[in-house]
Amino acid sequence: MNPLHSPPQSTPQATLHPIELQVNGQSRRCHVEPRTTLVDLLRDQLALTGTHVGCEHGVCGACSVLLDGEPVRSCCVFAVQVEGQAVTTVEGLAPARDQLSRIQDAFCEKHALQCGYCTPGMLIACQALLNKHPRPTEAQVREAISGNLCRCTGYQQIVDAVMHATSSQVASHG
Amino acid sequence: MKAAPFEYTRAQDLATALEHLAQYGAEAKLIAGGQSLVPMMAMRLVRPTWLVDIYRLAELRQISNTDQAVVIGAAVRQRELQDNAQRLGQLPLVADALPWVGHQQTRNRGTVGGSLVHADPSAELPLTFLTLGGSALVQSRGQAARRIAAVDFFQGAMFTAVADDECLVSTEWPIHNTQRTGTAFEETSIRHGDFAMASACCLLSLNEQGQISDLRLGVGGVDSIPLAFPELARQWLGQTPGSASFKALAHAVSAQLDPHSDVHVQAPFRRHLASVLLERVLNQAAERARAAG
Repeated sequence: MNPLHSPPQSTPQATLHPIELQVNGQSRRCHVEPRTTLVDLLRDQLALTGTHVGCEHGVCGACSVLLDGEPVRSCCVFAVQVEGQAVTTVEGLAPARDQLSRIQDAFCEKHALQCGYCTPGMLIACQALLNKHPRPTEAQVREAISGNLCRCTGYQQIVDAVMHATSSQVASHG
Repeated sequence: MKAAPFEYTRAQDLATALEHLAQYGAEAKLIAGGQSLVPMMAMRLVRPTWLVDIYRLAELRQISNTDQAVVIGAAVRQRELQDNAQRLGQLPLVADALPWVGHQQTRNRGTVGGSLVHADPSAELPLTFLTLGGSALVQSRGQAARRIAAVDFFQGAMFTAVADDECLVSTEWPIHNTQRTGTAFEETSIRHGDFAMASACCLLSLNEQGQISDLRLGVGGVDSIPLAFPELARQWLGQTPGSASFKALAHAVSAQLDPHSDVHVQAPFRRHLASVLLERVLNQAAERARAAG
């Protein structure tokens, strides 16, 4: 099937679809146009602007969120498709208000960001890794962040931060 | 970049999805993981009036076995296959290829069937599907399902033998004798996970005398469709694997290519890349075949 169709004759109406989803543990009900991406829903309707929107076509990884626990690019998912699913954004990583998660703390400690644009996506990718591999190897860390672009750090401090967060010394402090 | 407006419906079963396709024709697109379709819609390269969502259809999410093949439902996630050690053991070439498919974020959502019907010339799953000699089962409303051999499936860049009113249901991936069989997959791209400038893969089996008894070769990213070279490979049957012989084979294959130039790679370099990658996968597959004996 050739996907490169000419523009359709009839212009579709912007039908609003009611959806319900879990966002950072809270049930949210929204109405979305089919073309609304998950990242636009999070930022524009739910005011969760921690998730950054970069390239909007699946290259940069800045918009990564956890969907049912797995990292996905929220610019490449239409919100209407995730009805009934659970989304975790960077706002949902910390255990409580005014606290940082271990990986967020390690990013500060190891200066794993400069401009900060990629950071929410990096944190999500790293958290997803730690959820599966609490003590990852450096190669696993590099593989886990390979879908996320960072133009400031050269990635080394990010790798350092994840290794620091998962070292036995830090881990023993819980 | 935002997609143009469209209407959306989530099909409750395959029959409903086929009904929608029959009704809306070329103005409808099926969506599953959407990892290629959503970016193309954002760039407005595709402007469907209707999106019919088949991502959650249980009947498209099964993995099963026949005697000779693994049958993978069209909407099985790439990640699900990557996590399935039993299937990967039966399809070692697919196991080699999957880490090259996008990134974890896209493999979590992208489907095996979606990659095949999208038919990007540089994509890994279409290349392995062709090289292994798989087949696809497609269906339209009120018709018996029809089977398409991989060699007939890819017809051009992002163009397949699946008609506008048909839905890919499943694909069959032949299991090759894993005794004294080795596989390998290699590609070169600007960065890991990006589109391949060239890719190559190989499945090689040895007989008890250490001679090549089965050989399959594939090259991706150089032409509008993935390419396999059964006639050339056949000429190497009965030979004992050796780096000089493999160099000659890699040259013979790359001489048959008609590579294109783009902003990253000129055609002669792309041909050279393909030859180098072919030599690597041949040597690696032979080494693994000897180790598997």
